[in-house]
Amino acid sequence: MASIPKPISTSPIGGLPGKFLGWIDDRFPLTTLYKEHLGEYYAPKNFNLWYYFGSLALLILVMQIVTGIFLTMNYKPDAKFAFASVEYIMRDVSAGWLIRYMHSTGASMFFVVVYLHMMRGLMYGSYKKPRELLWVFGCMIYLALMAEAFFGYLLPWGQMSYWGAQVIINLFGAIPFIGEDLAVWIRGDYNIGDATLNRFFAFHVIAIPLVLLGLVAAHLTALHEVGSNNPDGIEIKKNIDPKSGHPRDGIPFHPYYTVKDLVGVVVFLGAFTAIIFFAPEMGGYFLEAANFIPADPLKTPAHIAPVWYFTPFYAMLRAVPSMFSSQFPGVAVMGGATLILFALPWLDRGKVRSVRYRGPIYKAFLTAFVVSFLILGYLGVVPTTVWGQLSFLGGVDSATLVARILTVVYFSFFILMPWYTKIDKEKAEPSQVTY
Amino acid sequence: MKSIIRNLLAAPALVLCLLASSTTVLGNEEAVLDTAPINLKDQASLQRGAKTFVNYCMNCHNASFMRYSHLTAIGLTEEQIKANLMFGTDKIGDTMVSALDPKDAKEWFGGLPPDLTLVARVRGSDWLYTFLRSFHRDDASPTGWNNTVFKNVGMPNPLHDLQGTQILTKAGEKEEHGHKIPIMKLAIDRAGTMNQTEYDLFVKDLVNYLTYMGEPARPARTQLGVLVLLFLVIAFFATLWLKNEYWKDVK
Repeated sequence: MASIPKPISTSPIGGLPGKFLGWIDDRFPLTTLYKEHLGEYYAPKNFNLWYYFGSLALLILVMQIVTGIFLTMNYKPDAKFAFASVEYIMRDVSAGWLIRYMHSTGASMFFVVVYLHMMRGLMYGSYKKPRELLWVFGCMIYLALMAEAFFGYLLPWGQMSYWGAQVIINLFGAIPFIGEDLAVWIRGDYNIGDATLNRFFAFHVIAIPLVLLGLVAAHLTALHEVGSNNPDGIEIKKNIDPKSGHPRDGIPFHPYYTVKDLVGVVVFLGAFTAIIFFAPEMGGYFLEAANFIPADPLKTPAHIAPVWYFTPFYAMLRAVPSMFSSQFPGVAVMGGATLILFALPWLDRGKVRSVRYRGPIYKAFLTAFVVSFLILGYLGVVPTTVWGQLSFLGGVDSATLVARILTVVYFSFFILMPWYTKIDKEKAEPSQVTY
Repeated sequence: MKSIIRNLLAAPALVLCLLASSTTVLGNEEAVLDTAPINLKDQASLQRGAKTFVNYCMNCHNASFMRYSHLTAIGLTEEQIKANLMFGTDKIGDTMVSALDPKDAKEWFGGLPPDLTLVARVRGSDWLYTFLRSFHRDDASPTGWNNTVFKNVGMPNPLHDLQGTQILTKAGEKEEHGHKIPIMKLAIDRAGTMNQTEYDLFVKDLVNYLTYMGEPARPARTQLGVLVLLFLVIAFFATLWLKNEYWKDVK
C-alpha cells in the first residue's frame, strides 16, 4: 500500500485544527464542498421576501423527518390499534401531543411554503434556461410531496383518513381497462383495510422520504450548478468583477444569506408555533373534525373534502362532467393540471425572465392563473351547492360553472403561453440588479 | 411593483384566514347553537363534570382513550378518584370503559353508543351544550325522545329527571316562499328536580369536562405556547440585529 503523502491542502485555520482539517481534505472534499455550497457560493444580493421559502421548505422537511421518527416509535400501523395509538401519543407519551401537532401542522405548512416557493419561480421566471432541470426536479418534489401527504393522511385511521383515501384510490379505479385492477393493487385488498394501512405506512415512512431526499439533493445540486435567479431575472455571472473574479452583484451565501434566512426562520416559526399551540386544528383545515372518529367502513361521512392543499385539483375533478358514465375525464384533467407544470420551461417564449420586465399580457395571465387557483382551492372545500343554482342554465350549480371556467383559465395560462409570451411587449432588463 | 408582490403574497394568507374562520366543516344541520361557557381553568367545574360523566354518561358510553389516572390533572387525588369515580375497575391506569354489554346496546339502541373521549373535538363544545339541552318528547320515535339539534337521535334523554320533560310547541308562524311555516319552540312540560338555571350550569360542567377530555394537553399547550412565542420575539430582534450587522457591507 502506497503511503499517503504529507497533507498538501492549505487551510486558513492554523495549528492542530488546521492540520486535522487538512488530513480530512486529503481524503474527503470537505473544504471544497463548504466553499462550493456555502462560503463561496455567490448568490445575487437582491433577494426579496419570496426567496425565504426555499430554505423554509428545507427546514420543514427536516422537522417532518425528525418528528416522524419520534411518532413512529409509538404509532402502530394496524387497523385495530392505529387510531388508539395516535390518541396514546396525544395523551400518554411525554410531549407526544407537541410532536404530533408539529407533524400535522408541518404537513400543511409544507404545502403553504412550497406553493409560495413555486409562485416565486413563476413570477421571476426561475424555470427558464438554464434552470429547466432545476424546475423539473422541483415539480417532481411537489408530486412526491403530494404522495407523501396522501399516504400519511391514512395513518391516523380516522373517518376522513379512510374516506379520503377511498375517494382518491377510486380515482385510479376510473382509469379505463386497467382501473379496477390498479385500485386493488394499490389497496392490496378489495377494500381499504389492514393491508392498505400497512403498505401506506411503508410508503410514508421510508419509500417516499427516500425519493424526496434524493430529489432535494438533485434540486440543490442543479441550483448550485447554474446559480440562483433573482427578482430582476438577469444573470449575475455575466457581470464578473475582474479583480476578485466573483460576480459584482453576488455575495457569498454564508454568512450573508445564512444570517438573513435565520430571520426568516424565526418569523416562520412564529406563525408555525402560533398554530401548534393555539389553533392546531386550524378551524378544521389542518386536522378535520371527522378524523377524530375512528374509521368506519359502514358509515360514510356527510361531507368528504380532501385536505386543503389538494382542493384546487379536487374542484377541477368535480367540475369536469363524466363521459360514457366514467369519471375518467375529470381524473385526466386533474392529473394534467399537475403534470403540465413540467412543460413550463418549454412553453415560455419570453425573452425576459422576471415579471418586472414582462409585458401586460403575461401579467394578466399570471394574475388570472393565481386567482383561479385560489378560488378553485376554496371551491374544493365546500359542497358544489354553495352558491345555489342557475335556473337559466337548466339548474346547474353556480359553483360548478365557476369551477369549469376557472379550470379553463388554469390550463390556458400554460397552453396559450407560447403565443402570448411571444407577442407580449416586454421592457428592457437592467444590466445590473436593482438593490 | 413592490405593491403587486405584497398583494400577491397577502392573497393566499387572506384566503387561509377566511377558510380558518368559517367553521362549517362538519356540515351540520342548521340548528342555531348556544355558546358553551367553557372554562378549562375551573377545576371545581371539571370535577363536577367528571362526576356527572361517570354517573350518567358512562352507563352507556365509553371514554376508551381516557385513563382514570389522568383525572389527577383536574385537581383530584388518586384516592379521591378511586373512591368516587371508579366503579367498574380498581386499576387507576385503566381507561374509562362502561359496563354496558355491546350486545345489549345493539338490542336497546340499534347500535353501540359512540365513544365520548373525543366527542368534543368531533362536535364542538357549543354543539354538545345545545344538544344536551334540546331533548323533547316525541311519540313517533322508538325511544319516545327526539332532539332539535340531532334529528331522530337514537339516544333517550338520560337527564330528564333533572331537566324535566320538554315538548316542542308552536310559537308562531313565518312566511317563506308563500307557505306558512310554523316556528317551533322547546318548553318544559313537566318540571324536573332542577330549574333551568341549575340545569344549564349542570350541563356546562359536563361539557367543560368533555372538552377537557377531548384534549387533556390543551391547558399545557396554551401555557407553553405563550413562552415559545415570547422566546421567538426575542430571537427575532437578535437575529435581525445579526443580519443587519453583516449586511452593512453589502452595497
